[in-house]
Amino acid sequence: MNKMAEMFSRQLEQGSDGSTQRLERIRAGLSARHSRERRFRAYGIAAIVAALGFVAILFSMILYQGLPAFTQATLTVDVFFDPEIIEADDIPVQVEGQSAAEYQKAQLDWQRQVTMLNWNRVVEQAILAAAPDIEIDTRAVLSVVETSERFRLRDMFVADPGLLGKTVSVDMLASANTDNWLKGNIDRSLPDSQQQLSPEARALADRLMEEGKMRFSFAAHIFSNVDSRSAPASAGLAGAFVGSLYMMLVVIVLAVPIGVASAVYLEEFAPKNRLTDFIEVNINNLAAVPSIVFGLLGAAVFINYFRLPLSAPLVGGLVLTLMTLPTVIIATRSALRAVPPSLRQAALGLGASKTQTVFHHVLPVTYPGILTATIIGVAQALGETAPLLLIGMNAFVAQIPSTPMDQSTALPVQIYLWQGNENRNFFEARTSAAIIVLLGLMLTLNAIAIFLRTRLERRK
Amino acid sequence: MHMPAEKIVAQSDLYSMESPTVRTPDENPRPVRVSARNVNVFYGTKQALFDVSIDVPEKAVTAFIGPSGCGKSTFLRCLNRMNDTIEGCRVTGAIALDGSDIYDQALDVVELRARVGMVFQKPNPFPKSIYENVSYGPRIHGLARSRAELDAIVEASLQKAGLWNEVKDRLSEPGTGLSGGQQQRLCIARAIAVSPEVILMDEPCSALDPIATARIEELIDELKQNYTIVIVTHSMQQAARVSQRTAFFHLGILVEEGPTDLIFTSPGEKRTQDYITGRFG
Amino acid sequence: MNTAIVAGLLLILLGFAYQLGWSRSRSLVAAGARVHSRPVYHGSLVAIWALVPALLVLGLWVLFGDTAMRAYIVAQFPPDVANLAPGDLNAAIQRVRQIETGFGVVGETAPYENAAAQALREFRVLTFALVVAAAAGTGALGLYLARRRISDRLRARNEVETVVRILLIACSVVAILTTVGIVASLLSEAIRFFTFVSPADFFFGTVWNPRFSTVGNGATGEYGLLPLLWGTLMVATIAIIVALPIGLMTAIYLTQYASPRARDIIKPIVEVLAGIPTIVYGFFALVTVGPFLASAGTSIGLDIRATSALTAGVVMGIMIIPFISSLSDDVIRQVPRAMRDGSLGLGATQSETIKRVILPAALPGIVGAFLLAVSRAIGETMIVVLAAGNSPFLRLNPGEPVSTVTVTIVNQLTGDTDFASPQSLVAFALGLTLFVMTLILNVAALFIVRRYREQYE
Repeated sequence: MNKMAEMFSRQLEQGSDGSTQRLERIRAGLSARHSRERRFRAYGIAAIVAALGFVAILFSMILYQGLPAFTQATLTVDVFFDPEIIEADDIPVQVEGQSAAEYQKAQLDWQRQVTMLNWNRVVEQAILAAAPDIEIDTRAVLSVVETSERFRLRDMFVADPGLLGKTVSVDMLASANTDNWLKGNIDRSLPDSQQQLSPEARALADRLMEEGKMRFSFAAHIFSNVDSRSAPASAGLAGAFVGSLYMMLVVIVLAVPIGVASAVYLEEFAPKNRLTDFIEVNINNLAAVPSIVFGLLGAAVFINYFRLPLSAPLVGGLVLTLMTLPTVIIATRSALRAVPPSLRQAALGLGASKTQTVFHHVLPVTYPGILTATIIGVAQALGETAPLLLIGMNAFVAQIPSTPMDQSTALPVQIYLWQGNENRNFFEARTSAAIIVLLGLMLTLNAIAIFLRTRLERRK
Repeated sequence: MHMPAEKIVAQSDLYSMESPTVRTPDENPRPVRVSARNVNVFYGTKQALFDVSIDVPEKAVTAFIGPSGCGKSTFLRCLNRMNDTIEGCRVTGAIALDGSDIYDQALDVVELRARVGMVFQKPNPFPKSIYENVSYGPRIHGLARSRAELDAIVEASLQKAGLWNEVKDRLSEPGTGLSGGQQQRLCIARAIAVSPEVILMDEPCSALDPIATARIEELIDELKQNYTIVIVTHSMQQAARVSQRTAFFHLGILVEEGPTDLIFTSPGEKRTQDYITGRFG
Repeated sequence: MNTAIVAGLLLILLGFAYQLGWSRSRSLVAAGARVHSRPVYHGSLVAIWALVPALLVLGLWVLFGDTAMRAYIVAQFPPDVANLAPGDLNAAIQRVRQIETGFGVVGETAPYENAAAQALREFRVLTFALVVAAAAGTGALGLYLARRRISDRLRARNEVETVVRILLIACSVVAILTTVGIVASLLSEAIRFFTFVSPADFFFGTVWNPRFSTVGNGATGEYGLLPLLWGTLMVATIAIIVALPIGLMTAIYLTQYASPRARDIIKPIVEVLAGIPTIVYGFFALVTVGPFLASAGTSIGLDIRATSALTAGVVMGIMIIPFISSLSDDVIRQVPRAMRDGSLGLGATQSETIKRVILPAALPGIVGAFLLAVSRAIGETMIVVLAAGNSPFLRLNPGEPVSTVTVTIVNQLTGDTDFASPQSLVAFALGLTLFVMTLILNVAALFIVRRYREQYE
């Protein structure tokens, strides 16, 4: 070995001869090395193209499927509130000596009576009047429009009994099956036995469409209606939206102050010892605990132990708060860590106490960071589904919750419920539409975060 | 913007150039290994070097001195195109190694860097064993045909770097476990292992204590018998101790270059005199 | 209404106390004393002293007021009503309350109901006045005591800061309490489950068939964890196989090759993938990827089901890409530039530098990112709920449906089963398994990453 070294050593010193040989060796390998380099680069580009491609495919699929659901087949007909069908007592009035409860009961009785009327007949007459010469049975006529439309006519009448005997132009939602047929979501060449609508109903729908009485109009009810099982075409996101809103409020009200306070304590006040080290590991671990475990915690502690109500946005908000807390703490801590020590020393040097230094000088500098982290944490919580399933938020709720203690669902859970609906043709589009709304909300939140951060940072 | 390489001719043309630089030739000029003509360097829109022209003689130590930010390191990094790795850096003018332009499209930068090695300011051994550190260059360039050949290269390089006796029993230990001075000698061994023709050293002792510095300086003195060495240094004493020629940079301009003893005893420029006497810098 | 009054009163008390402390301290200063703390702190201290006792009293009332009210109503009832079954008793109490608020009830009211409602009305006014008075009294007492303490030597600032610090500590404890809550609830419910099923049968059983029954009696099914664990690992492995190369190469390209402009555009777009809710991925898997893989499988002669381990794994992989890429991105950028320069300066090409110097140097951090990604993959729920097919059998073929630990937790807890039945409780045993697995991965990853950071600091 030593001999070899000597030889080589001499070769190193030989100058031109050795160096020519050396250069030849290097040059011999160059082309292979450069093609390896190109190949490696190509892998990198391929990976990025793949990642960007996934984003593109995902968004275009969702948009492609979901956007059509924002317009829905709507039928405009003249409805005659026929006194022969609508035979009801006068609307009750509160009389002297009647308690509020009794008045309410009378009202309900009257409404029940009104509900029992044959509103279907009113709907049928209105449609037949629009297409007078068609041969069709009642069932087929009624299958063209959504079943909830008769209740809408009833509600119009309850709100204004003076409509009796009058004719009003009403926009009626077509049924989900009609919508599928007209949009071509169902194969038009399928035999009758596999079609959801009878041949007569299909012909009627096509004809109304041709005559312009049926048209695709913006489905505003997706935003204003609650979920519905019996009338899928009228199902909307309002209940889920309000449920999510309540949960976000709970998260903001609880996670931000608690998160910021504990970050301030851990970063600025806590002594560096084993305990704080343990807390640090604990918080970092919590940030990576699967969300479903938080759901189990909620089910065992909030629901089973504290007996809080099932399906309540308050409970959902509490669970999501615990999930968001680590995010807020970690982000606030790193924002605090980024504040230069000179700022603290300057404040302390002027005689400010530790607490004054932190709250008057250090914390305000970190507001942009905390704000961004909060919004990102809230956006994450907004999209979370699994833990909510375990605290009963997947229940069917046909009401907009009026308080955070009412039964409710949430946007992502609504997506989960809709994707499982049996009427796949219709609900695939509906689910995608709900996803668009959810992603739109999340993107808006993130955009706000970016906007605020740049604004606040510039001001500084 | 590049001048064709043929335009760069013998050493003599430097002294007929119209240039603000004060130049003094050697009494016995050595052959030129690296020559630069009208090199300008820009970082984005900011110009860092202005029309630098210089010849680097073979098998001797050339020192670049000057206050920090004067462009001496920037110029050094031009000589093996390390500036290519800096975003927004642009070089104009011509630099030739043995008469061929190193900024020529046809030149392979990989080959150039195998011929012009570099030692950095802070010792930067790879997080690998000492053996792997030294064998890294020969391996990637395919210089060794066998394991024995590789072993020989490693041993010879470590010996030339004066490190062999200290590490021969622990070649498989990580290079990061050595002391600062040893790490820097390891980096020199790593550079020697590909047997470059020119070695660039960017303030190689600035992170070391005086004893380690002295060892590196001795090493440089030995190495100059076989290699052309360019060293950037902050310390004028170091330049005086190790170099044969010295170039003084100030604000991106090459102010003066000449034999080291002359520069330090009777500089031809007032700014050089002010700098070496400690008026600024 | 009452809440508003109480809140208003509290605010007044707060302001008043603050003002008193503040002016008292000011007058000391005016009298020429060298006061230790600024008036703000004296004011705050007095306000704290006044507010805390008042809040305590009100808190007690919020906790126990309703129970007291109920007890009072029941006490007004004749014995035959008071001894009704709990359900009927509740209805009776509800009627009295409705009469009392003036909303009224349907039907005739019994005389005892009217009497109870009348008594309740008086009781309510009385107790409200009492509680407010008690709160105000304790508040005033606190205020008085605090104000008397004010002197030039009182270290009001230090006391206020102590209170602030106690609040901060209380907030930091929430994170610990969360972990304690998770461990305690999972453990206690899992232990309850193990009274039905022996741990050996659970951890080593190869058959999963819990046989849903709505009445919680006895262990009527088989609760073998292994099929679920197998499914979980299979899906996670597929996810990592998809995500690791793409994520790592993306990070490498963005840190080593891309221009800053390209990086600024591409990085956020890739990270969009991380912000998308998992339910969306699940739907994407179900509607797009599953059918695509199935037809792709058919065209090359493979039988791949639309909902399978493969579908769930591939989509989960897509979800994890940004996770791996941004963690590796951070880690790679922490490798000192000098390392890269050293290699490039020796004439290594960029890919040689990356493969032989940068990646080995960043390896611990990348391993940490990898562990976190695995932890994320085995804990992921919605994608597998929708796209894995829910079929808890030990199968080798990834083209077949599987079930995972998380899917089963959802299935067992979203049915209408009794919470105390083994069918429900098993979810907690599964949750405990999941928690322990992810805990080990997370802590290992944190430890490795922290060591790595220290190395280059």
